[in-house]
Amino acid sequence: MAEQNENLMNTSRAPVIAPGHTFASVTDKISAIALTTKPPKTWWLGFLISFALTMLLLYTITNLLVTGVGIWGVNVPVGWGFDIINFVWWVGIGHAGTLISAILLLLRQQWRTSINRFAEAMTLFAVASAGLYPLLHTGRPWFDYWLMPYPNTMALWPNFRSPLVWDVFAISTYATVSLLFWFIGLIPDFATLRDRSTSRFARVVYGIVAMGWRGSAIHWHRYEMAYLLLAGLATPLVVSVHSVVSFDFAVAVIPGWHTTVFPPYFVAGAIFSGFAMVMTLAIPLRAVYGLKDFITQRHLDNMAKVMLATGLIVAYGYMMETFMAWYSGSHYEQYMIHNRMTGPYAFQYWMLILCNVAIPQLMWIRRVRENTILLWVISIIVNVGMWLERYVIIVTSLHRDFLPSSWGMYTGSNWDWSMFIGTIGLFLCLLFLFIRFLPVISIFEMRALVSETAEKGKH
Amino acid sequence: MAFGQKTRPPIYGIMAEFDEPHRLLEATERAYAEGYRRMDAYTPYPIEGLADALGKHYTRLGWIVLAGALAGCAGGFLLAYYGSAVSYPLNIGGKPFNSWQAFIPVVFECTILAAAFSAVLGMLGLNGLPQPYHPVFNVPRFALASRNRFFLCVESRDPRFDREATRKFLEDASGHEVYEVEW
Repeated sequence: MAEQNENLMNTSRAPVIAPGHTFASVTDKISAIALTTKPPKTWWLGFLISFALTMLLLYTITNLLVTGVGIWGVNVPVGWGFDIINFVWWVGIGHAGTLISAILLLLRQQWRTSINRFAEAMTLFAVASAGLYPLLHTGRPWFDYWLMPYPNTMALWPNFRSPLVWDVFAISTYATVSLLFWFIGLIPDFATLRDRSTSRFARVVYGIVAMGWRGSAIHWHRYEMAYLLLAGLATPLVVSVHSVVSFDFAVAVIPGWHTTVFPPYFVAGAIFSGFAMVMTLAIPLRAVYGLKDFITQRHLDNMAKVMLATGLIVAYGYMMETFMAWYSGSHYEQYMIHNRMTGPYAFQYWMLILCNVAIPQLMWIRRVRENTILLWVISIIVNVGMWLERYVIIVTSLHRDFLPSSWGMYTGSNWDWSMFIGTIGLFLCLLFLFIRFLPVISIFEMRALVSETAEKGKH
Repeated sequence: MAFGQKTRPPIYGIMAEFDEPHRLLEATERAYAEGYRRMDAYTPYPIEGLADALGKHYTRLGWIVLAGALAGCAGGFLLAYYGSAVSYPLNIGGKPFNSWQAFIPVVFECTILAAAFSAVLGMLGLNGLPQPYHPVFNVPRFALASRNRFFLCVESRDPRFDREATRKFLEDASGHEVYEVEW
């Protein structure tokens, strides 16, 4: 223990919270962001741009409903285009939030405390953006409730053996459990905002959602138990969700999809892209709101290392795909990988290797991990790379499968792009509203962190 | 409420304020040793050992979540079984109607969903939340319980409660102010 404490106090590693903070200072600093009447100009700028993009999304969806999915680029043989690419991309991004809030909690990683709240928010908004795609891809979204099992006049049931039905269960459970986890974490902070707010309206609203939380020790006891149990439940859940998403592909017989490496490779990719997104959001957030005391260099360093590790797992996945294509001896698998590397989509494939495998290796270098701007650029490159990965997996496998007579080409239409950009807008718009009205860092967990670091200082 | 007003004690309890978590913990332990049982401590973040000091070592929450998980597991399987083998048997590639291996993802997700709901609703239910009104909020300084102050409230329902003696005891223990909590 003593050795561990020394490590924590070691000055060569940045601390998880800057020294000199008290219970009062963390409370006031974080709650002030939500309770202020004048958000910074950058907030308004960001909110208005993302709101405009959300309007673009609504315009696209309206046109989609009026005209039909024909406005998208999908057609035989590539029936899964941007909609599934973006669905998988968004779901994957969400996974880092659950990883940070649940798995790192179980592993007692203190540094998670100041990033878990907005990573969880990111999860929810990413899942909301993801969910739009399959729901709209059904073509007649007003019948989407048919996906759910319920006794109906048609005497039909969904096919419980189908990965697409598993997906419905996995994604809806994931969205619900993430929401519960987030809400439970927010209750004590709602109580803080209720007690701090000066306007009557804010006090009533925060008071209602705080549900009368008063910080009773007996309540905290059950609360911690519930939080821990939820973390224990969310951990296998998050692994199951992206595994099920990968089953959508792996259970099919299409060359390049029908492989057992998919579930772990998808889960690692999800965490990789999710951490990249957390980094993309955290770096500007801490700069604009002066949160560098709470989201320290140590957090960025650790996140960079997680990205490096998961990035290597993903790189292993790419290697295994290539190896298995050769080792299987299957003509179609071998052609698929050859076509992927040298065919009409070779540019996308090599860009993906550059973004996901080559460039992240820079993070081995300590000076790169200490350079905030460089990290931010790398995180965006990884986001692009992970999007390209899904593009390559989906499009190259579908566009040339078994029969050359059924080969074809795919490109996203303008409506595909406007929908994709629109969901980025929706995601950011929800995040800006979250930053404005809710505590962006878990206040009560920061107080506990202050107390722990104070204890350690005494030794 | 006329009946309640006649039988209930004149105040809800007496509350002491602390500025350090370990002093609250010591005071709680002393109060427990004195024989006080109906009391509660209020803190801005969970403090290890405080529930133990209040004499609450155990919570049923784990069992509630286990029950929820088992119910979700059974419910999920019955749903898949009924849909695939009883109500709408569909012959797909000659596979058995009750192909339970293929139901695992659905059963697993239902288990997690039900367990998560029981954790959240169980915690809120056992804690008696949502609770729109509680007497402790009548103490103006109590707003700091969600910031940087720690409180211990001995309730008047406690058989050992005595308005003067309890007040004196808490004043000794706290070193800060002591408040009477109105109903």
